[in-house]
Amino acid sequence: MLRRGLNRLLGGDESRVDSRTVYVGHRPSPTAPAFVPSKFCDNRIVSSKYTVWNFLPKNLFEQFRRIANFYFLIIFLVQVIVDTPTSPVTSGLPLFFVITVTAIKQGYEDWLRHKADNEVNKYPVLVLENGQRTQKESEKIKVGDIVEVLEDKTFPCDLILLKSSRDDDTCFVTTASLDGESNHKTHYTVPDLDSDLVVLNATIECEQPQPDLYKFVGRMHIHKDNQEPAVRSLGPENLLLKGATLKNTRAVYGVAVYTGMETKMALNYQGKSQKRSVVEKSINGFLLVYLCILLSKALVCTTLKYVWQSRPGQDEPWYNQKTLKEKEANVFLKMFTDFLSFMVLFNFIIPVSMYVTVEMQKFLGSFFITWDRDFLDQEIQEGALVNTSDLNEELGQVEYVFTDKTGTLTQNNMEFIECCIDGFQYKYQNLHMEVDGFCVTDGPVSKLQQKAEQEKEELFLRALCLCHTVQVKEAGQGVSSADQVDGLDVTSAMEQRGFIASSPDEVALVKGAMKFGFTFLGLECKSMKIMNRSKKIEAYELLHVLNFDPVRRRMSVIVRSAEGETLLFCKGADSSIFPRVKQEEVDRIRMHVERNATEGYRTLCVAYKQLSNEVFARVDGQLREARLALQDREEKLMAVYNQVEIGMSLIGATAVEDRLQEEAAETMEALQSAGIKVWVLTGDKMETAKSTCYACRLFQRSTELLELTVRTLEEGGRKREERLHELLQDYHRRAVQDAPPLKGGVTRSWSSAAQEYGFIIDGATLSLVLNTSDAISSSHKNLFLQICQNCTAVLCCRMAPLQKAQIVKMVKNSKGSPITLSVGDGANDVSMILEAHVGIGIKGKEGRQAVRNSDYAIPKLKHLKKLLLAHGHLYYVRIAHLVQYFFYKNLCFILPQFLYQFFCGYSQQPLYDAAYLTMYNICFTSMPILAYSLLEQHICIEVLLENATLYRQVAKNAMLRWCPFLCWTILGVFQGLLFFFGVHSLFGNSALQDNGQVFGNWSFGTIVFTVLVFTVTLKLALDTRHWTWINHFVIWGSLAFYVFFSFFWGGIIWPFLKQQRLYFVFANMLSSVSAWLVIILLILLSLLPDILVVVLRKPQGPYAQQKKPAGHSSTGGPQSFSRPLLMRTFSDESENTVL
Amino acid sequence: MASGYSAKEEDGHHSGAPGPAGSAAARSRKPDNTAFKQQRLPAWQPILTAGTVLPAFFIIGLLFIPIGIGLYVTSNNIRELQIDYTGTEPSSPCFECSQNYSWNMTRSCACSVPFSLDQPFESNVFMYYGLSNFYQNHRRYVKSRDDSQLNGNLKSLKDPSKECEPYRMNDGLPIAPCGAIANSLFNDTLELFYNEPNGTKTQIPLLKKGIAWWTDKHVKFRNPTGDNANLTAIFQGTTKPINWQKPVYELDTDAENNGFINEDLIVWMRTAALPTFRKLYRIIEKRGSASPTLPRGNYTLEIIYNYPVRSFEGRKRMILSTISWMGGKNPFLGIAYITVGSICFFLGVVLLIIHHKYGSRSNSADLPH
Repeated sequence: MLRRGLNRLLGGDESRVDSRTVYVGHRPSPTAPAFVPSKFCDNRIVSSKYTVWNFLPKNLFEQFRRIANFYFLIIFLVQVIVDTPTSPVTSGLPLFFVITVTAIKQGYEDWLRHKADNEVNKYPVLVLENGQRTQKESEKIKVGDIVEVLEDKTFPCDLILLKSSRDDDTCFVTTASLDGESNHKTHYTVPDLDSDLVVLNATIECEQPQPDLYKFVGRMHIHKDNQEPAVRSLGPENLLLKGATLKNTRAVYGVAVYTGMETKMALNYQGKSQKRSVVEKSINGFLLVYLCILLSKALVCTTLKYVWQSRPGQDEPWYNQKTLKEKEANVFLKMFTDFLSFMVLFNFIIPVSMYVTVEMQKFLGSFFITWDRDFLDQEIQEGALVNTSDLNEELGQVEYVFTDKTGTLTQNNMEFIECCIDGFQYKYQNLHMEVDGFCVTDGPVSKLQQKAEQEKEELFLRALCLCHTVQVKEAGQGVSSADQVDGLDVTSAMEQRGFIASSPDEVALVKGAMKFGFTFLGLECKSMKIMNRSKKIEAYELLHVLNFDPVRRRMSVIVRSAEGETLLFCKGADSSIFPRVKQEEVDRIRMHVERNATEGYRTLCVAYKQLSNEVFARVDGQLREARLALQDREEKLMAVYNQVEIGMSLIGATAVEDRLQEEAAETMEALQSAGIKVWVLTGDKMETAKSTCYACRLFQRSTELLELTVRTLEEGGRKREERLHELLQDYHRRAVQDAPPLKGGVTRSWSSAAQEYGFIIDGATLSLVLNTSDAISSSHKNLFLQICQNCTAVLCCRMAPLQKAQIVKMVKNSKGSPITLSVGDGANDVSMILEAHVGIGIKGKEGRQAVRNSDYAIPKLKHLKKLLLAHGHLYYVRIAHLVQYFFYKNLCFILPQFLYQFFCGYSQQPLYDAAYLTMYNICFTSMPILAYSLLEQHICIEVLLENATLYRQVAKNAMLRWCPFLCWTILGVFQGLLFFFGVHSLFGNSALQDNGQVFGNWSFGTIVFTVLVFTVTLKLALDTRHWTWINHFVIWGSLAFYVFFSFFWGGIIWPFLKQQRLYFVFANMLSSVSAWLVIILLILLSLLPDILVVVLRKPQGPYAQQKKPAGHSSTGGPQSFSRPLLMRTFSDESENTVL
Repeated sequence: MASGYSAKEEDGHHSGAPGPAGSAAARSRKPDNTAFKQQRLPAWQPILTAGTVLPAFFIIGLLFIPIGIGLYVTSNNIRELQIDYTGTEPSSPCFECSQNYSWNMTRSCACSVPFSLDQPFESNVFMYYGLSNFYQNHRRYVKSRDDSQLNGNLKSLKDPSKECEPYRMNDGLPIAPCGAIANSLFNDTLELFYNEPNGTKTQIPLLKKGIAWWTDKHVKFRNPTGDNANLTAIFQGTTKPINWQKPVYELDTDAENNGFINEDLIVWMRTAALPTFRKLYRIIEKRGSASPTLPRGNYTLEIIYNYPVRSFEGRKRMILSTISWMGGKNPFLGIAYITVGSICFFLGVVLLIIHHKYGSRSNSADLPH
């Protein structure tokens, strides 16, 4: 998708070319046919959407692209064009308000963007022009310019590093602002370059800009006088990205290859696809219903109007003649305009303000997540982060949680536990150990206290020291404070040495090796230095690093020892190492590996291989060639890697412990009892993952595990597909068919009789299930889904990142489209975070990519509990109530107006004054519901956290389904009817004052409106369970404002109004006792059903509100839930009832 | 080109994520520990339980039933008499008048309707006229007026609002007061005679002041100024509404009740809410405490029949009514209050029974725990 966006960005012409050519320093190459300065975009970053000139039209256009806004615009235009009952102001003013506020907000944001853009674009940079350093504004940089960057400055565009002030042709950068990884990364200059950049004549051929931060392929042709151009391969290690900061290096020179909007940073901030919440879909459904109501109302009125008019003397009585224009109008046209007029009259049933209020609620509500101190992690001093406020309520609807294991369930805080060398187990115990640093514990097979040969031990430890990409943090960078630890011996100073690596496993391994006496000293000039047990320093020349990637699941280094031996060390997951080593060595170690895995450790196998000079030369050539390839470089490299890493000999295995996150088990348990299904998706091995699941109590001892892995598939000795089919059928029978049908509300805590199932599947099998031929696959997929959905927990191990997303997608699109939530911390979780309805990033140790792509980010897994059970639940209840209330209050607002048509000759006469029509949704009734939707806690947060089962009450969009919607609608209709006919009966005799004077139609409307405003506000007051001073203020304040406004509105002869309809109407109304009496009566009567419902159907209320001692509530809770409804209500109440 | 490009992170200075809270989070990583931000504001958590609602039901019941009875009695004590004088039936005295009617008739048609009062009307009596099937609340009608003209604005007097169409100009002259409402001013004249037992007819004096809202009469409706009290001069250059027999400055001889501040006009201009309505016409004041305002006996209602209603099947009534503190006769409020009070009381009883029955039973069931 990004690629498509990219193509669009580049325009058709360039996108057809796969690579771009950059002339370093704009010097034409002698060999190239002609120096054609290609047109690349300049280095201006344009993140702003608007300019001063196009702001108004463009912003308006974008705003009216929203369906709701467009609808209101149409209504407004109809009001302007057609002679309609209400003035255009009534709908124009709210619309204008909304549009203006949005425009101001967007304008402000855009102004900020302009400012930020300018800051970046006008930033002074040093450009090397004809040997001269000239200062330029950043935006003036062109592709091909040679740019100088000083220490602690950010790179102004994507540069190829040409020259560094450091001796070893490297420089250090941090990419904290790009991906959040704060470690220093080493970048290399293009090898073997002339030091004089002024005379450098070179062209760079590189791929077209693409957003992947970690991928770059290019080739540099260096032209020297009359020589064949020398070719150098360029990779990501040569590319300095815009936005990264130079560290520890005085200055670097680089040539700009991508500028402005084509830099990787700019490409990476393409907007994420918009996620929409279920609530929004519900709103749209309700809107459709109301639109139908609106249309049918208008249709009914139009029809009846013409029926009524057909009776003689009704259409045009002598006292009410039409104008000439009206008489001449075409009858069908008139019908149509009548229809439109009715639409306009009733259009308040779909309020503009609802959208505003919902948006405001979401926007303001999301602050409570960021403000929550429970999410504050002391370690990183950060709280939760909200990247989108659109999904707050979705947090209360989650049915499936997909969690990563490493870093999410576990701490990703690795500790070297033990290793196994040549089948013997070594455990590091403490500082007081045997002289050689080893303590041998019993291997299960080998005899006690036996050790491997010294030679093997050292080879293994050297392998650990060499086979990695760890960097040593330089002195003065915090950790190693040698001055302070003066007097301590060398090793302890060494132990304080900081290591930086992309994965914590590597650090743990290097540290582990250090404990055993081999210390990695660092990498200098392509030579790795290690200190061996006898404190001698060994140097190895680093020839190649065969990088780790999740598909190969291993990494290798090729080094040359001081003796001239060429060695390949490889470490990786057992499944990827075992097939590549001599088989006779495997069995001894496999047992250890598996035992360690079941204990929940992460295991890695280490292997090595000696390369003869011929072999190395061949490999070296292949690698270089592959690295130079412009296309399919990855594939080619992979092929070479696979070719080299074969026939190795296994030396040993390591076990690294990854501790569980704080409260991981409690969190998982809470989620499960909240009715959420937890799936663990991990790239880890099955045994390790399984043990983590047990530790997290996702699987319990009684859980029956259904395994669908490569191992179980191969058991039968038949074809995998057949076996798969058979197993799926079997599991399906056990988990789905034989299981008693799950009833809603029955939870595992007290339905212990039912057998629980856990399901385990691995990546290979999953791809077998999902990717085989269509017909079988779909049936398999179905079976698989059904099994999974009936299991309490599912573990998917050995997953590639994309498979994670695949699973999420599969569940997301399954029947009933459940709401999914993915939580993860690493780059490998990004795909599933983006795929799920809600993506949660953990601010973990694996960089910030997950956080950046998530919708919400929390510091620790344990925060998920509060985020879902408390915040999610509350947000859902709040917004659901908000939506229902809005529809309700507008229904009973417009219904009397509709009914009035039957009594005014279907003439579209509005019942309420225009001011009331306009202000109803804006001023009189908007604030209380907004305050409610921000502050309501129908159950207090502590109780929500204590009783995870409460989460089930709102599951499956319970408050926004058609049934509650119908209830609200019925209530609205009931109240609307009551308001109108109540006042209508009163007006049977319109002499309502004690002086015999009569009331007119505006008094009628004002009485109805007063009842209406008070009723809907008090209805909200009845629903409010959590009265803070703000609620009091806005509820009573709104009512007071209504009264005040009415007095004010009716108290003055308004100079610019055509009609003084409401002059003293309100005051006169209040002087009538009958009006008071009818207002009180109607308010009370319309609230009566509500009070009844509240009293009769309030199971959780008293129970939840009473702050019972924790023990009582947890034991009493379930029981009180299982009792019959009515009994429960009253028995629970009776405890605090005086009556 | 860069649509959908979010630039908050663009400056590279903060690594914070976009979104509404991004900036807030960046500003202060550490959230404040205020009650509001932690959603821990002290709150009153009312619980509507049977315990709180039951007394409320009883109180409402006990309060509403007496009020309702009071209202009902009050309404019943109001004397009201309605006389339909439309004259659609041949037997009716106004049959003649209602049949031969045309606006440009020079001679007005008079008819008289006799009636008798069985019981005397003790206090002030209010005389209303009532119209049925007359859509004063029709939109075209309601908006057909110019309030600024009626408020004495000279400019509007000569150039009435467009809303008045088609009753805005006549023969090139602006109509004052313009609009359909004013044009259709009720112009029947009703007079009341008491037939004393000795056969003589005494006219009952009818007050024509105090029938309009005080604010309407004194603020909303004003005659166009011009210091000369001569209304005729002020209204020079305007013409009377088409259906009127006299121009607006001849509505009454009393200067305080003439022109736009004529109370009959003001009352008429307050458009009724429903197609069947009544409007205050005159007040019969009680004179002295000794005799009733209208004693028992026979009366005659003399009508100068000007107002046609047959064309739209309307009806005309004359209503005599006394007034209480709650206004005119209307049993609705009393009945409604009694009903609602009873419902509340009944619900209270039912809930109380449920409460006691089930509350005690499940309590005992709970005891073993």
